This record gives sequence, C-alpha cells and structure tokens, in this order.
Amino acid sequence: MKAYLSDRMGAALLMAPLLLFLGAAYAWPFLGVVNWSFTLPEPGLGQYGALATDPLVQSVFIRTLRIAAIVTLLSVTAAYAITVVWVRGTPMQRVVAEFCILVPFWISVLTRAFGWVALLSNRGLINTWLQAIGFISEPLTLVRNEFGVIVGMTHFLIPFAVFPLASSMRSLDDRVLLAARGLGSSRMRTFWSVFVPMTRSGIIGSALIVFVFSLGFFVTPAILGGGRSVMIAELIYLRIFQSPDWGLGAAISVVLVLFVGALMALLFRYVRPKQMI
Amino acid sequence: MQQPGRAAEIKAIGIGKSFGSFRALDDLTLDIGRGEFLTLLGPSGSGKTTFLMILAGFVQPTDGRLYSDGVDITERPAEQRAAGMVFQGYALFPHMSVEANIAFPLKVRKKSSAEIKRRVGEMIERVGLKGHEKKLPSQLSGGQQQRVALARALVFEPGVLLLDEPFSALDKGLRGQMQAEMKRLHQETGTTFVFVTHDQSEALALSSRVAIFNHGKLLQVGKPDEVYDRPANRFVAEFLGEINMLPLKGVRNADNGAIGLCEDRTVSLRGNAGAVGSNAILAIRPEYMSIAAEAAAGENGIAATATASTYLGAATRLDLTTRQGAKVTVSVPNEVAASALSKGNSVWLTWPAEKGFLLPDGGQ
Repeated sequence: MKAYLSDRMGAALLMAPLLLFLGAAYAWPFLGVVNWSFTLPEPGLGQYGALATDPLVQSVFIRTLRIAAIVTLLSVTAAYAITVVWVRGTPMQRVVAEFCILVPFWISVLTRAFGWVALLSNRGLINTWLQAIGFISEPLTLVRNEFGVIVGMTHFLIPFAVFPLASSMRSLDDRVLLAARGLGSSRMRTFWSVFVPMTRSGIIGSALIVFVFSLGFFVTPAILGGGRSVMIAELIYLRIFQSPDWGLGAAISVVLVLFVGALMALLFRYVRPKQMI
Repeated sequence: MQQPGRAAEIKAIGIGKSFGSFRALDDLTLDIGRGEFLTLLGPSGSGKTTFLMILAGFVQPTDGRLYSDGVDITERPAEQRAAGMVFQGYALFPHMSVEANIAFPLKVRKKSSAEIKRRVGEMIERVGLKGHEKKLPSQLSGGQQQRVALARALVFEPGVLLLDEPFSALDKGLRGQMQAEMKRLHQETGTTFVFVTHDQSEALALSSRVAIFNHGKLLQVGKPDEVYDRPANRFVAEFLGEINMLPLKGVRNADNGAIGLCEDRTVSLRGNAGAVGSNAILAIRPEYMSIAAEAAAGENGIAATATASTYLGAATRLDLTTRQGAKVTVSVPNEVAASALSKGNSVWLTWPAEKGFLLPDGGQ
C-alpha cells in the first residue's frame, strides 16, 4: 500500500513539469480565446449566433466532417491491412511493414504535402505518366481540390491508425483463431467472423484518433486544397489573420475544442492511453 | 444424438516432427480405436501436444502418415478434418454469446437455422448451461467456460474430440466434477476422445488406454492398470506414481515368473515380470508393501528400519532404510506406522509375488 502510494506520488511529480507547461502554454491562453469569443467585438453570444447562421461557416463545418469521415475510413482500412502484415506476417514481411509505417514519421508534414503536389499536379508525375501511356489526353485535376486533401491526409494519418490496431491484434489469443479453423471455418470466414470482431476496440480507437486529428488539420488542406477546399482550422486562420474577425475565429475554435474533447472522452472509454503507442 | 459407428479410427504411422534441429516427435506409430478414450501423458516438451496438434491439422508432420478411417489425411487442412478440439484456456470466441459460440461450427457448415437452434438447445441442456445462453464467455466461471468449449467441440458430432489439458486452469474440486462430466459425455456420444495431460492420476482415472511420452518418443501404450502395474521402463514406472526400487541379483526364470536375490534373501516374482539379465531392479509400488514383524519362509520380505513418517490422514507414509542402505517408502494404516516407528529397529517389509516387476539395471 505504501509502495503504491509512493508510486503514485512519484508519477505525479514526474508529470508535474509537463502539466505546468501545458497549463501555462495551452490552457491559460485558451481561456483568453474563450474570453474573446464572448467579448469581441462586443460582449454577448453574438458570435455563436453568427456561427449558427453563417452559411460559409456551416459549409466549412460540413466539408470538414465529410473529409474527416472519408479520411478515417480510408486510413483505418489501409492501416488494418498493413497492421495484419506487421503483426502476423513472416519475419521478412514484418520488416517491410515496419519500414512503411515508420519512414513517414521521419518526414515533415510540409515536405510530404509538397511531395503530393509534385505527384498530383497537372504537370506532376502521375498526369505526365498517364498522358505518356495515352490513358488520358487532358491532365486530371488531382490537387487543389478535396481529392488532393483526402490523399494527403490519409497518407499522413495511416501510421497513427496502425498503433491501436497493432495493440489489439497483439493481445489476441492465437488459439481462438486455431479453434475457429478446427471447428471447420475457412481462413476467410475466420478473418471476418472472429479476427475482425475481436479487434473491435482497436478499430474504434484507431478511427477516433484519425477522426480527431483530421478535424484539426491545417497544413495539408491549405497546401493540397489550394484555398478551394477550406477546412475548419484554415477558416480559423483566415478569420484571425486575414479578415480580422477575432470573435468569430475564437468562437469557431471553442466549438472545435469542445467537439474534439467530446470525441476524446469517447476514445478513452474504448482505448486505454497505453494502447495507443 | 450420435451413432457410435461415426466415431473415427485413427492410425498414425512413423509420425515425426522437427522444429529446426529440435526433434519434437520421433517415429510415432499408434492406433487409436473407434470410440476409445486415449490419454497422451508426459511431461511438458515430451511431444504429446505436438502429436495432438498434428491430429488436429494445425501442425504438419515432417515424417510419417496419418489415416482416419483408412483415408490418408496427412495433408488435409484443419478445417476439413472435422475434429472437435478443446484448447487449454478454452479459446472461446469472446465477442460471441454462449449460444453463438456453440452454434459457430454448425453455421460454418451452413446448417438450416431450425436445425442449428435445435442442436444448440440440445447441447446446452446436455452440458448443463441452461439459462446462460445469452451470456458472454467473460461472464462465466471457469467450469462453465469449460462446458461451453466442450459443447462447441461436440455439437457438430465430430469423429474425434481432441482435448489439450482442458482442466489445467480449474481448482481441484471442479476438476473432479469436470472429469466425471467428460467421462459421461464420452459414453453418451461414443466419439473417439484423445486427451492430453501431464497429470498421471487424471490419465489413469479417465482413459481406456494411456500413451506415455518422453523426449518426443512414445514409450508405452496400454490400459491404465497395465501401464501402472507393468511399466515398460523406469521412466514410465516413476512418472505414473511413487515406486520403490531394490537391486536384484542372480535373476533367473522360475515356474510362472522369476526369482532373484534381494539383499541376500530369495524373492520371487509371478506373472509377466519383464525381461532382464541376471542383474535387475525390483520395483514395487508403495501401496502394495506392508509392514510385518516376521517374514515367513518363502514369503517375499526384506528387513528395514523406519526413519520417518508423514501423516496423510487416511494413511501414513513411512520412510525406511534397508540393511544395505536402499530407501523405501510405504503407505500403511496409521496405527501400523506408529508401532513400526516406536520399535526403533528392524521391521519386515513384505509384498505379494505378483506385485513386483523387473526393470533393467541402470539407465532407463
């Protein structure tokens, strides 16, 4: 009991610097933002009222949710396949999968966004190549639209989707899969009716992480969307820095933080923080 | 529910399995009879579980052939073998209810929903899980999970049921109860049971035959009393229970058995006592030996001094040392132990001629 208490004390002391830093650098300034949302340009709930009626804000919200949902579906599906290979493949397959998961982490989000521009733009690699083999005559618009944003974000988020999945696949008892086979179930059937349901918590955790990350994306949509596919974070940026309307920008921020907070609460009900690394 | 004729007859010929340079199983030839309850017994790493996995189709043997009802099934994948299997730790599907777990093998066989419903209902009744149909495995006790595992493995009427140490997680009382239950299920279904354990008393209590493994080799197969009373070698003798071993000299055949010299006294063995040279080890189970004040002429006996006793409740375990220094253990009634100890010096150990058997001198 004593050791347990002192363990908790120790943990609290070790976390204290981080908590202080987060308090000073995030929580305190954010309270300022909350304050703005109620006071600029004049005190009241005016900005929240505007938020509820402004068609531009609403279309950006809907676009953000749509893109986040599509990106979540694509990332989790791709990550699931990669994770199966990473966790259950032959030693050689594992090395290859691990490489594919880790390398993107070493390249900055900005570099990757410009990399996709180089690949997807009208005179980029993909269009040039497709034209060279005569598959298309006019270049396809692959970037500076929602498609480009989805491609870039999915690519960025796949590795984040992998870890909760890997954790749930690792804790799965192999004998249960053997039992299914022994009871007459084919490999395919075992995968769909035993393996996938047993990794449900990993799928939920993975989807929530990707979805939450997607909601706040800024760099990737700004570069690959080319101003035509504005998402929430970019809208806040525009309201603060370009058409000085700090009150509205602050109100959007508060709504986004509350929404993400609710999703995080949901996330922690399904996945313990430990499972995410 | 099941016609006994459907039980499988299995023949393993020269089965071997290597993992790299490790020989997990070597040259195993074994017939498993229709409807038999065969136990594979041995310490961990003896090859018994490897053989079970080969029977199930989860492990491919490196050598040998496997036949079921005369058909070569060596290369047949697990899902086409129709062997029911109960795993150590049960391996239930954690996301499915009791009902759905038991229905699974019928669903993959695309049975009609009416038939599934009927057979799952029958099975639930048979293993005593009525009222638990909708529960998840995590809401059940160990014994109940065990029942679900048995029901799931038997519901599709497999020709053979394979059990991998199914009781290792249960406490002693529940273990006895589940053993009785399993014996009943064996009789009712008539299916061939192949059961893996490292617990010798479990093996002797349950099986129609016991196969004893060590270091990847099958050492002996026989009925429980055969392997217990006439073990083929020292390992089997020691693995199946406590055993006293005394050096025997000048062994020769005599009518209906053999005779030899044990600490300067002629002792006789009756029946199939084992084949040996002139020097051998005389082996006798502790419960067959008794304490006497005198050994009559012609009776098997040896003088010894009691050194320690352990009270076991129903009986007392007595440790003795013979004149030539051999250690012997016997299990005797409590009052006999007290008087043997109080005398301080010599008592006689006697045993019936048919209860002793010979083991090769030295080594295994």
